Amino acid sequence: MKKAIALTMASVVALSLAGCSSKETTKATTAAATTAAPTTTQAETTEASKETEATKTESSGLIKVGIINNDPNESGYRTANDADLKAMFTKENGYDASFAYSLKNDEQIQAAQTFIQNEVDYLLLSAADTAGWDTVLQDAQAAGVKVILFDRTIDADPSLYEASIVSDMKKEGQTAVDWLASQNLTEYNVIHIQGVMGSAAQQGRSGALDTKANAESNWTIVKQQTAEWNAEKAQQIVQSVIDSGASFNVIYAENDDMAKGAVAALDAAGISHGVGKDVIVMGFDCNKWALEELLAKNWNYDGQCNPFQASYIDSIIKDLEAGKAPAEKTIIMEEKGFDASTITQDDVNKYGIG
Amino acid sequence: MNKSLLKKITSNQLFIPLLALFLLAIINLIVDPSFFKVTLGTNNEGNPVLSGYLITILDYGSELAILAIGMTLVTSASGGQDISVGATIAITGSAMLRVLCGSNTRPEQLAAPIIVAFLVACIVGMLCGAFNGALVSIFKIQPMIATLILFTAGRSIAAWINNNELPIVPDPKFKYFGGFIPGIPIPTTVFIVIICVIVTALILKFTNLGLYTQSVGINEKSSRLNGINPTMIKMLAFIFLGLCVAVASLIKVSRLATINYSVIAKDIEMDAILAVALGGNSLSGGKFNIWASVLGAYIIQFLTTTLYKFNVQSDALAAYKAVVVILLVVFSAPKVRESLSRLKTKKALKAVNKGETK
Repeated sequence: MKKAIALTMASVVALSLAGCSSKETTKATTAAATTAAPTTTQAETTEASKETEATKTESSGLIKVGIINNDPNESGYRTANDADLKAMFTKENGYDASFAYSLKNDEQIQAAQTFIQNEVDYLLLSAADTAGWDTVLQDAQAAGVKVILFDRTIDADPSLYEASIVSDMKKEGQTAVDWLASQNLTEYNVIHIQGVMGSAAQQGRSGALDTKANAESNWTIVKQQTAEWNAEKAQQIVQSVIDSGASFNVIYAENDDMAKGAVAALDAAGISHGVGKDVIVMGFDCNKWALEELLAKNWNYDGQCNPFQASYIDSIIKDLEAGKAPAEKTIIMEEKGFDASTITQDDVNKYGIG
Repeated sequence: MNKSLLKKITSNQLFIPLLALFLLAIINLIVDPSFFKVTLGTNNEGNPVLSGYLITILDYGSELAILAIGMTLVTSASGGQDISVGATIAITGSAMLRVLCGSNTRPEQLAAPIIVAFLVACIVGMLCGAFNGALVSIFKIQPMIATLILFTAGRSIAAWINNNELPIVPDPKFKYFGGFIPGIPIPTTVFIVIICVIVTALILKFTNLGLYTQSVGINEKSSRLNGINPTMIKMLAFIFLGLCVAVASLIKVSRLATINYSVIAKDIEMDAILAVALGGNSLSGGKFNIWASVLGAYIIQFLTTTLYKFNVQSDALAAYKAVVVILLVVFSAPKVRESLSRLKTKKALKAVNKGETK
């Protein structure tokens, strides 16, 4: 009997403890979230209400656009993307723009509904998630709001939006591989460092290299490994190849971070890399620091993943205003590949992100 | 006589880790003897460096070895593990870079000497440890739940310290800690581990911390009755781990002279706990052997390096480690041990019976 009482007491204490601890966790995480990310919803609503007031009083010469984007703090890519949009959609360029940011789909949908109620002319959307947009886009269509997708596509009927502007990861890979082929090496021994397996960027950037390596007899993939976008892992993978004594002359890393990790391993082993050196180093994403490495001729190539969609959106809106529908629903952006022997400081300033 | 010697060896705590190390070494020796080749070369700064798989293991296993020291103490005192070490590395590393670079992410010169930045990182690490320690010792929350807070929030805090920017340290001297000091061909990380081990050994030798920690881990109540303050001991263990985290973050950040908040030291907490388990330490607290844990850390790195060598996909590494964990857990379970020993006695009995019937 005593034992039973003791047991129940113990379990009650344990339960209450668990209760305490879980509360602690949620408190701490929400606190961290609020401090880390600016309170987006609040900012967005106040901004939106301000904007509507402003437009009510002003003449209707401006095109009203509502822009829904992911949180600019997510990555250097997103920061550059947001800055580009902000620079394009200004009063001087004939736009009256309101912005809403969220990494959550439901918050984005809510923002879209607010924009529709505020009677924007255009809704620009970079969706956090591909699903769940049908209803709100139908509402937009009924209210006569034209929708343009940028950066990310969604699973919805194409008739619900005017155009979608995206990156073609396959083409990014192809551009890079074509550049590598144009180097006319007698032999290509490639260390291929992949991103998180299954991601769109990984599949696109791996595909082109795989095809080429299978087709050409003088292309060998010495090592193909995923470093999951992680510089430390890339460093260990390249270190392992160096330790094995296998010879290689190309490092094809699917983002800049991993290329940096690979280069750290090369440096430690005394293997020269860069323009006219033993090993060709290739990266992707065009981070500013990476383009600076190109400028210093330590790396050879960096492929762009273009965050600058604003000018494309602008020209589509101009066309639509003139009564012309865009020629194609899906517009693929031009994406450059930078060669260390031709890159200039201007390129670094203009295309470098972060 | 022989049997008792064998029993002595197999029951030693270092037996399992040493056996694992031996097995790994044998496999590598059979498959490719060049695994053990160490060569002297020069790096791109023109300094002499040693290279080879063995050096790689010693080099890349360093962070884990340092974390294993602290994790062993925390495990022993609290009977639980700290799962926030990876996120805390991000915090201390971020703080270190913040001090080094100031508000400018791409400075020409260091804003503060490296030693100052390192000391700040140590203080931040110890504060994080004290936070975890307070939750565990004063509020009596399970260690894994208490450290879940920093595990979830840590990387956001790290990003916030530097306004989500990625500072790059310009001074080549900063790279010495995760690389090589000019003129010395052995990786600096090896010396850092040796210093940590010596300091810990001195602390354990000249204070009663080790004894007190074990007694708190074995029986908190009776330790209190014997005049030991369990709250204090647990706090000290967590603060000590915080210090280890700061040292590990110095190595991690120094390797690339920059930081990536979301991936730096990712999943390292699981490896650190595995190192403690591989060392034959009980994960429910009590008696411990720090050197076995350090050995465990190098075995994990040995395994990782071996798997990389055999072209195992790096996202599959976790699965192989899981196999090791399963084997460890199963063989150290009391039930399995019991039945194993019963099997032995049965065999012995059978042998005796056979002899009698003959």
